[in-house]
Amino acid sequence: MSVGVSRRVLPGFSLTLGYVVFYLSALVLIPLIACVLKAASLGWDDFWSVVWTPRARAAYALTFGVSFVAAIVNSVLGLIVAWTLVRYDFPFRRLVDALVDVPLALPTAVAGLVYASLYVPNGWLGQFLVPIGIEGAYSRLGIVLVLIFTGFPFVVRTVQPVLAELDVETEEAAAILGATPGQTFRRVLLPALVPPVLTGFALAFARGLGEYGSVIFISSNIQFETEIAPVLIVSQLEAFAYREAAAIAVMLLAMSFTLLVVINLLERWSQRHA
Amino acid sequence: MKVKLLILGLAIYLLGATAWVISAGVIRDRSGVELLNVACDPTRELWHDINERFIDHYEKDLGVKLSIRQSHGGSGSQARSIVDGLPGDVVTLALWTDTDAVRKGGLIDPGWEDRLPNRSLPYVSTIVFVVRKGNPKGIHDWSDLAREGVKVITPNPKTSGNGKWSFASLWGSVIWRGGTEDEAREYVTRVFRQVPVLDAAARGATMTFAQKGIGDVHLTWENEAHLEVLESGGQLEIVYPPISVLAEPHVAIVDANVRRKGTKAAAEAYMKFLYTDEAQEVIATHFHRPTNPSIFDRHRKKPDGTGLFPDLDLRRATTLVPSGKWDDVQKKFFAENGLFDQVQSAARR
Repeated sequence: MSVGVSRRVLPGFSLTLGYVVFYLSALVLIPLIACVLKAASLGWDDFWSVVWTPRARAAYALTFGVSFVAAIVNSVLGLIVAWTLVRYDFPFRRLVDALVDVPLALPTAVAGLVYASLYVPNGWLGQFLVPIGIEGAYSRLGIVLVLIFTGFPFVVRTVQPVLAELDVETEEAAAILGATPGQTFRRVLLPALVPPVLTGFALAFARGLGEYGSVIFISSNIQFETEIAPVLIVSQLEAFAYREAAAIAVMLLAMSFTLLVVINLLERWSQRHA
Repeated sequence: MKVKLLILGLAIYLLGATAWVISAGVIRDRSGVELLNVACDPTRELWHDINERFIDHYEKDLGVKLSIRQSHGGSGSQARSIVDGLPGDVVTLALWTDTDAVRKGGLIDPGWEDRLPNRSLPYVSTIVFVVRKGNPKGIHDWSDLAREGVKVITPNPKTSGNGKWSFASLWGSVIWRGGTEDEAREYVTRVFRQVPVLDAAARGATMTFAQKGIGDVHLTWENEAHLEVLESGGQLEIVYPPISVLAEPHVAIVDANVRRKGTKAAAEAYMKFLYTDEAQEVIATHFHRPTNPSIFDRHRKKPDGTGLFPDLDLRRATTLVPSGKWDDVQKKFFAENGLFDQVQSAARR
């Protein structure tokens, strides 16, 4: 996308640029800076003693752990679903396609409540699963399940357009040259799909990190076990410890930002080597 | 042409939506007086009844049409909301520390405890057990909660008044019977190992226990326990332990807010109404223990089985610290790295 061409063709570039910068600043940068300043008022030693407590470390480990697992599951599931939706035609395909977006439209609190009601010992699914030892509610498994739900559309939607645009001729050429369907998939199609899957993974991962409304209803919110970082932040706020809450938020921000940069670099690398 | 119509339609919609959003914040019904009661979680039904009667009385006595809005949530969370700007006129929270937190935030004048009768306590309560029908795990006393396999439901002491009172009762059940601090710590750690879920407030814990069927015993307010048992249609029972904490949910007027909003007279009349015989009766029917001695006597459990409130040994939580001050109770048990935090790290690591 060349900025030079847009400059000549579309009028009002400076105004648009100015508006965008203002909008981004007001909505994104200023709150972030305010948060960082609040955390900074703690001083360096206090900051570390607040963000690196055993309870906080357990919360970070849990948050990143469950988001990671949920994003991986979503990557595999999402690829399969996108493949099915693009490559096959079946009754109600359009309906299923629309249903993929439901997790984005549904309030996350509703998702959490419904999942909790499903997996408790007297719930529709729980009555079969709990006796065999699968506790889907008030456990870490529950958090992963609900994060799979909320992150589901991301991989599907990033893979679908790429899959739809793949040249049928490349696959035909592979077949003519003697490749089995498995080899065609592994060596021709999969490399082209890695970038969108990685993008979808990053999106689902980021969504999982910040998810609060759904997790709080399905998690038992017990420190060191099922307390995610956003819940820890709220817990600090409830105790009137605003600066400590800001500190943990800044730590979470820094860790998420680093991870997203790494994923982004991975994407660029995979695109070059596709 | 179609595009132009589309843009016109979009513009009309945007203008309308903006106007509606702005007007919702600006246009208010200024004909009557409006009060906001910021309350703790399990008192919805009580306030619904009291508000009805008070609004009636106020209109008859002064001819002013009053409307009272309610906000409910975990006691600690509510206190923080008020300090952060929720425009409550009165606070009816679960314990002294949360009400005092609003004073520390500068919104209530010092000395609030003595401004209303009986140390600002129109009613008191306690913490009791709710168990499943038939009491299959045989829970009769505090020591039973630490038994292997007994799952205990209580809300999170960090955010909920119910949670703090439960913790104080657990600790006190050892101390008040002559145990040492170490024994109390060991006991409470064992109990908290068996807590499967920590809800943010009392009502959430009730839902978890009663509706989701999690847990064997629920530690909750006496009034919430009665409501829960009534709603369960026979599936749940109350068990009264022989000793428990005297839960004192103070009420207070948020002086800064009523001065700003000009609702001081109405708020004062509201709080004073709680001490009238009529209100005390309503309080009793909702299973809170009225502090008016004659009305409480009438509802005391009698030998023939009638009456609502059994006698039990009720101790104040302030007896758990040498100074007898609530600030020290808060610091010892519920502050950052206090006993609750220590118990949780021991229980879970």
